Amino acid sequence: MLHYLMRRLGGAIPTLFVIIAGTFFLMRLAPGGPFARERKVPPEVEANLLKAYHLDEPLWQQFLRYLNGLLHGDFGPSFKYKDFSVAELIFGGFPVSLQLGGIAIVLALTIGLTLGIWAALRQNSITDYAAMSVSMVGIAVPNFVVAPILTLLIGMQLQLLPVGGWGHASNYVLPVIALCLPQIAAIARLTRASMIEVLSSNFVRTARAKGLPARVTITRHAIRAAVLPVVSYLGPAVANIITGSVVVEQIFSIPGIGRYFVQGSLNRDYTLVMGVTVFYGALIILCNLIADLLYGVLDPKVRYD
Amino acid sequence: MAVADIAVGTVPEVKGRSLWADARHRFLRNKAAVASLIIFCLIVAACFLAPHLGLRAPDDINWELESWGPPNLELGYLLGTDANNRDLFVRTLYGGQVSLLVGFTATLVSLVIGVIWGATAGFIGGRVDGFMMRIVDILYSIPFIFFVIMLTVVFGRFITLIYVAIGAVSWLDMARIVRGQTISIRRREFIEAAEASGVSKWRIITRHIIPNCLGPVVVYVTLTVPNVILTESFISFLGMGVQEPDSSWGTLVSEAAVVMEIAPWAIIGTGGILAVTLLCLNFIGDGMRDALDPKDR
Repeated sequence: MLHYLMRRLGGAIPTLFVIIAGTFFLMRLAPGGPFARERKVPPEVEANLLKAYHLDEPLWQQFLRYLNGLLHGDFGPSFKYKDFSVAELIFGGFPVSLQLGGIAIVLALTIGLTLGIWAALRQNSITDYAAMSVSMVGIAVPNFVVAPILTLLIGMQLQLLPVGGWGHASNYVLPVIALCLPQIAAIARLTRASMIEVLSSNFVRTARAKGLPARVTITRHAIRAAVLPVVSYLGPAVANIITGSVVVEQIFSIPGIGRYFVQGSLNRDYTLVMGVTVFYGALIILCNLIADLLYGVLDPKVRYD
Repeated sequence: MAVADIAVGTVPEVKGRSLWADARHRFLRNKAAVASLIIFCLIVAACFLAPHLGLRAPDDINWELESWGPPNLELGYLLGTDANNRDLFVRTLYGGQVSLLVGFTATLVSLVIGVIWGATAGFIGGRVDGFMMRIVDILYSIPFIFFVIMLTVVFGRFITLIYVAIGAVSWLDMARIVRGQTISIRRREFIEAAEASGVSKWRIITRHIIPNCLGPVVVYVTLTVPNVILTESFISFLGMGVQEPDSSWGTLVSEAAVVMEIAPWAIIGTGGILAVTLLCLNFIGDGMRDALDPKDR
């Protein structure tokens, strides 16, 4: 187990390094640099600015400085929000994004798995076709279309829920729906496909043949095997929710990381954009790692050595 | 399993052709897929033939009308007007050109990279394969949309960059699929025969391996196109993609979302056309999968 964990970590660290190096050198390729503006600053001021942000050092030294900072949780100063460091912005927004994304992923898993299993058990019936057509719509309609339409219908026409803002429980409903709908759809389709395959496999036939009641066969044997593809989809699902949260936070004006990322990109706030990318990259790697371990626990065929 | 493999391996060429006929037959029986294909073709035709359909120009401003005016069938404004009193429906068609072009071009980029990468890794095998797929694994855990947005932050927002950037980040699945397919093909007798008669590796890959991977690749291409269109719209929606005077479906939805309180038809219209296109592409992709890859059903 420990060996397996170490090997997975050994795979995760180069990935993280690639992300950090990629973002860092990409940002340094930027023409003009972070202080290029319409109004020209006097050369002395510019030199001082460069010195203050250590931009006058050789590139590899800047990179080492950045790496060293990251190890201490320091993402550097924000170029545009002068009074904040990038870490303050990220860790200020993260609890909000985490709540939103966490609720969305839990809901997506619960509803998606239920829907998928339910459809698989009634394969090729009307309910199956209905569930799968609805989930196709969920996959195809982008959340930046779903979110405004939800706002329009439920928030404005029916006046049931607030259309923006943050803090009250009712603020969560619309963003969470917009965020988890595509994932519900994806998980439901995945579960249905794997459940149908599992239901026709030998060990399920054996379980039936030895006279186990249908309920036990399904809950004890079939579902356990059928959720495996869903577990390996967890990493991408988290990545999709993170990506989706960028647009959902923007639409519902929620003060999460995604909003800072959009603001940062529009303002060319290099360090903020870098920081968010590295932070979310690390988060996705972590989630992939957890999904891998979970997969190992659930799948008896995986050995840890 | 082994018996089935051998059976497939020795299928004569005539059967190989009938596989495609079979697939076409299966596809045509799938009503949802066929209907989607027809609707999708109509949308594509409407977008690209828009200049020849006798419609207004997309930059034709009508000062008589209010901005974000409601649909007006008498004057032929099917979706009303946009912020600058232009015909929103016509603009949606022209925006579709950009979105669809991004969809096709970026998919083509991803197709070329993915197929070459996957076929090479699968064919050479061993260390090289391990190394190449390790790179794919690493790239898999990178939040790509963030990188594409970062590219637009660094290099500015022009369309070509978006084509290439999205294509360059969506080849990973393609590479995996082609690799898997290649590994199962390269042990077959006709590859051995080609090797024995001294055909070069590169030629074996391009003449024998790639054509035999075509089925899953075609399926995956149809599923990549909607993803790419979605990614581009997503970036444009956030204001970091296509810039004025060009517009794509993403920018149109984004503009319409701001004014949806006073002009709900705008977001429903533009978002609806985008959603229908993506839905059709997904149904076509599913139909293709059922048709070309029957064991997956």
